[in-house]
Amino acid sequence: MTKFIVNGREVDLDIDPDTPLLWALRDELRLTGTKFGCGIAQCGACTVMLDGMPRRSCVTPISMVEGSEVTTIEGMEGPEIAAVQSAWEAIDVPQCGWCQSGQIMSATALLQQVASPSDEDINNAMAGNVCRCATYVRIRQAIHDAAKTLEG
Amino acid sequence: MTAFQTSRRGFLAAGAGLMLSLTLPLGRARAQTAATGPFVPNAFIRIGTDDTVTVMIKHLEMGQGPYTGLATLVAEELDADWAQMRAEGAPADNGLYANLFFGMQGTGGSTAIANSFMQMRKAGAAARAMLVAAAAQEWGVPAAEITVSAGQISHAGSGKSSGFGALSEAAASQPLPEDPPVKDAKDFVLIGTDRPKLDTVAKSNGTAIFTMDVYRDGMLTVVVAHPPRFGATVTSVDDAEALAVPGVEMVRQIPSGVAVYARNTYAALKGRDALVVEWDDSAAERRSSDELFAEYVTAAEEGGVTVEEDGDLAAFDGAAQVLEAEYRFPFLAHAPMEPLDAVIELADGKAEMWFGSQFPGFDRSTAAAVLGVPEEDLTINVLLAGGSFGRRAQGSAHIAAEAAEIAKAAGRDGTFKLVWTREDDLKGGYYRPMTLHRLRAGLDAEGNILGWENVVVNQSILMGTPMEGMLQGGPDATSFEGSSGLPYVLGAKRIGWARMESPVPVLWWRSVGHTHTAYAVETFLDEVLQAAGKDPLQGRLDLLPPEATRERGVLEKVKEISGWTGPQRDGRGYGVAYVKSFGTYVAEVVEVEDRGGVPHVSRVWCAVDCGIAVNPNVIRAQMEGGIGYALGTALHDRITLGAGGEVEQSNFHDYPMLRIGEMPAVEVAIIASSADPSGVGEPGVPPLAPALGNAWRALTGNKQYQLPFSGAIA
Repeated sequence: MTKFIVNGREVDLDIDPDTPLLWALRDELRLTGTKFGCGIAQCGACTVMLDGMPRRSCVTPISMVEGSEVTTIEGMEGPEIAAVQSAWEAIDVPQCGWCQSGQIMSATALLQQVASPSDEDINNAMAGNVCRCATYVRIRQAIHDAAKTLEG
Repeated sequence: MTAFQTSRRGFLAAGAGLMLSLTLPLGRARAQTAATGPFVPNAFIRIGTDDTVTVMIKHLEMGQGPYTGLATLVAEELDADWAQMRAEGAPADNGLYANLFFGMQGTGGSTAIANSFMQMRKAGAAARAMLVAAAAQEWGVPAAEITVSAGQISHAGSGKSSGFGALSEAAASQPLPEDPPVKDAKDFVLIGTDRPKLDTVAKSNGTAIFTMDVYRDGMLTVVVAHPPRFGATVTSVDDAEALAVPGVEMVRQIPSGVAVYARNTYAALKGRDALVVEWDDSAAERRSSDELFAEYVTAAEEGGVTVEEDGDLAAFDGAAQVLEAEYRFPFLAHAPMEPLDAVIELADGKAEMWFGSQFPGFDRSTAAAVLGVPEEDLTINVLLAGGSFGRRAQGSAHIAAEAAEIAKAAGRDGTFKLVWTREDDLKGGYYRPMTLHRLRAGLDAEGNILGWENVVVNQSILMGTPMEGMLQGGPDATSFEGSSGLPYVLGAKRIGWARMESPVPVLWWRSVGHTHTAYAVETFLDEVLQAAGKDPLQGRLDLLPPEATRERGVLEKVKEISGWTGPQRDGRGYGVAYVKSFGTYVAEVVEVEDRGGVPHVSRVWCAVDCGIAVNPNVIRAQMEGGIGYALGTALHDRITLGAGGEVEQSNFHDYPMLRIGEMPAVEVAIIASSADPSGVGEPGVPPLAPALGNAWRALTGNKQYQLPFSGAIA
């Protein structure tokens, strides 16, 4: 049995402890906002917060998160995620949408760390998130817009 | 708030009001079916008692915006308020939901708006007329005195007004107008204005449901071990260790490989790793990419079949200089972010699928045939697709077939989710065909072009598939489109095509033949212009005949917005390319920097003429995205067969995607036009790579005759 907290709720999973967190979230907990893109931490579609820091859930076995707090896109709260999602909607960032949960998780984590990120900060923080539709122009703009909203 | 529904249930909960089953004329359809059948029944609009207007979208939403575009067309003629609009994927039904250009249900060729433009407007206009007729009857006033605006039906004289919902049931009993009038373009309220897409909110909060997100009670996840070489088959399977993995329920041999069924994805993957499979390679492709290219070179020398000819190539005899070049393009994988998948459920002799399909009707008949059930007993719910770029439009319907084979081989009722991993995707074929171009141009002493010859060598996408009939016995234009039919005056011309054969399955990849023809033609032309002492941009304009007004329009516009002063400025290179694809005219200028021998594209300017701009926001997004998609590919991507024929790449570490730091700033100018709309999903792609090649050559002198830039092919 592996116990951890997901979106504020304690879960207790009786599955192979080597199971990647990604598949535990999706297959067992039906939290489908976290996506599978590559399985080897190359695309960022599976990004979740692990004890408050962004983490690729596809290469994180559940045995490693025993006792930890996991937050998925469904459970995100706070001013940063709200500002990011509003900015995403305002300039219509998504195309196919598959990578966007991961993009939004990484963008939110960036704004939690850096209030007013430069283009270079954005390049560094978002480098692990692939968008095959190449919505990058708008992702960059939306992060800047969200930062401005948060500054008030 | 706008929202969208991916389930039928959501709509029904909104209340049954007017469900409009329309018999609509085919409008400007150019398909043969238009000539043979005057009417095709359609069912596109439902208006709920809660005022929601749900449009059944006959095209797959894979990121290019048809949910929003087709809903806009309906809303325009319905005079609906945008906030009441919803979109829902139409199920598989070739009769109701045909692409009017294809004669069957299908998304591709950048046709969603173009084929739907009049059909969806007529659908909206008919619904509006029925609502007005219902209001006239209820209020006892003449229909001609009733106005509709932003979702409100009003009669000024009596002061009566109503939303759509309250009149929807009465509207349902009104006669269907046969040919309702549509608006003049000058009266458009929604068409031509920016709006966010209907599915943006759900795609920003994790609630959008894609195929891989479908979970059903008792569902098993299935992964398939495919042969390591294309065309190989199973000799023997030892599944003992796979079956010993906790969670693995069964292993079955199916035509495409060995399927492992498990209670969750991880168990399925672990089970597959534990399989011991021996493969029969006797019919498999064992040649490497290098070996294939050697054969392509020979085929190019033989000249291929002539697909376009104009004038006499003896013109080359009088040339003062002759330029020649040979170009090589690798296989390419589409790599949509959502790997390939399908869910299929068998119960009591019937089947239901959940599936992001580009050809749902074709996938339906294929899956039904595998299962041996009548087509009407197999439903396909078409869901959002996490990207496709052509990958989910298969002339072989191989994903639908594999899903059906899995369900059949299970030998019992149940639900099965087929999942391909990224490795399965990149190693699984259905690539953009590897291609070789051999070009030759002759110039006189004044720099006038006397002759142009191009021989294209590659596999056919359509030949040998169930869609071969589309070619009507002719050559497969998807293999060489863009090498023929050029707008430029190039003197005597010959375009040849040599068809190569291989067990490697190939497919249309975002912009199809233009993915390679645009690069070969537009970079070679640049060299020819330089040899003639011409500016690349003015030189192209000078080669256009007077009637090429739209070609000229995008070139002049991109010249203006990029501030073009020539191919070099302040240590940066500038390149231009122009390509018409799928009816849309696009010119792009690329600005490139040399960062230690590696090209870095800092800015791209794009001028696009796609006729009437239904939603400029979506057009800009597709140009931005098409540019990024093309750039990542030009810089990094190739699928190669190594010695013995196995694919050498496996995941994003060796088939890299463009990252945010590599994305240029993009400025898009949309040409104002009253022409019928054409597509935007693909046309942003083709000009980028040649504009980059031209900019890079201008800056460094390096001629890049093969893609990707990052290395030699194979």
